[in-house]
Amino acid sequence: MSDEYIIQATGLQKHFDGGGIKALDGVTASIRKGEVVVVIGPSGSGKSTFLRCLNLLEVPTAGQILFEGVDITDKKTDINLHRQKMGMVFQHFNLFPHMTILKNMTLAPVKLLKKSPSEAEKQAMTLLERVGLADRAGAYPSQLSGGQKQRIAIVRALCMNPQVMLFDEPTSALDPEMVGEVLEVMKSLAKQGMTMVVVTHEMGFAREMADRVIFMAEGKIVEEDIPEAIFSAPKQQRTKDFLAKVL
Amino acid sequence: MRPSASQNWLLDAPDWIQNGPQWLNDIGYDIYKSFIFDNRYQMYLKGLGNTLLLTFLALLIGVLLGVVVSLIRVSWDKNHTEMHGPGKMALGFLNGVARVYLTVIRGTPMVVQLMIMYFVVFATSRNKIMVGALSFGINSGAYVAEIIRGGIMSIDQGQMEAGRSLGFGYVSTMRYIILPQAFKATLPTLANEFIVLLKETAVAGYVGLADITYAGNIIGGNCYDYLFPLLMSALIYLVLVMFFTFLVGRLERRLRNSER
Repeated sequence: MSDEYIIQATGLQKHFDGGGIKALDGVTASIRKGEVVVVIGPSGSGKSTFLRCLNLLEVPTAGQILFEGVDITDKKTDINLHRQKMGMVFQHFNLFPHMTILKNMTLAPVKLLKKSPSEAEKQAMTLLERVGLADRAGAYPSQLSGGQKQRIAIVRALCMNPQVMLFDEPTSALDPEMVGEVLEVMKSLAKQGMTMVVVTHEMGFAREMADRVIFMAEGKIVEEDIPEAIFSAPKQQRTKDFLAKVL
Repeated sequence: MRPSASQNWLLDAPDWIQNGPQWLNDIGYDIYKSFIFDNRYQMYLKGLGNTLLLTFLALLIGVLLGVVVSLIRVSWDKNHTEMHGPGKMALGFLNGVARVYLTVIRGTPMVVQLMIMYFVVFATSRNKIMVGALSFGINSGAYVAEIIRGGIMSIDQGQMEAGRSLGFGYVSTMRYIILPQAFKATLPTLANEFIVLLKETAVAGYVGLADITYAGNIIGGNCYDYLFPLLMSALIYLVLVMFFTFLVGRLERRLRNSER
């Protein structure tokens, strides 16, 4: 982990229903290069909204996001170029059901990075081998289990050689016995030095892998610290209440 | 007072019919004058050719128009709250045009649209096939647009988000990810629309376009007997529809297999 910031979010606000609902209410957070940040909090706390704001899937009502020093909330910024460098993994995988696994992985590198199909396929196969799914390259998403789908979704994002990976509750839709295989892939990714922002309910993963844990509630960051501090000695009552329920 | 077919009939018919019972004789004569005399079968063939040509051209125009119109409608519905400036105005204008188009085309009878196109808009053109294809295509496009719009809306929002998160723009995501799935989802309905279109071209005779129905009608009039000519027209449509239904069924199965 370096001291260089890759993402700096300042004063993020996200209102729905014309201001009736404040999903984000002034969130300021920065992510360092190589850092693994885990965001936890009760449902409705705005943690997913915060994550989705980072690559502008959710456009913040107010506030600023700098990605590699560039203000991506500026209307003149071509967000598509910056999204290429921010991989995202969704709760419901969102693989493309009409394409094979290999096609899922090579579509973006071929169309956006202008890689040759053979080059993209070579990279995809290397990644598939790393997650133990090389033999499923020709399969369609509907032929895979949930855990396999999520591993594919992770390597699909990796095919774009992203600078940061965003995980939006990647294990929440999985059967319990499949959570482990996905967490393993995420752990090995973290060990390789990938910058990661992870929204999850997996406290074990947070404790073991996080460099920093952010606890959110009611659209605000309540507390952030190294995992030992958050889990063993939380300072805020709100954090204590939440952890008492989930641990 | 019989048409001249009656003289040739006795010369051309085989002996076993001529010498057969009266009812066989009558049917033989009816068939003869409906299909053989004066090479009338060629009129059905020509009508078949015209109907097919008209339907395929109209289908082409209809699908192109339908995709464009549905994309305008969907893009506006999903994005206009977050758009600003001239882009919003342009899309809003196109959306308005699309809505007027859908309302007018779906709110007026096909025959009237066809006659307006042929006798008013393209009054100087005698190219019945082109004017017909344009009229039927514009009409079909309105229905295709709503079918495809339904297909696009049925695709999970996560597909768009996945495409965008990889760095694809809105248009590319539509093209590579949403539309292929929407097409697949709506294929049975689109095929049904195609079959409806095929049968709907039967009104082309209103502007003198010699299609299958027109052939049956004219021949029936010429031989003062509509039974066999109209049955033949109906039979041709039926065979066409059954054939295309069969093709679509095969296509559907192949698409389905690709996901298993």
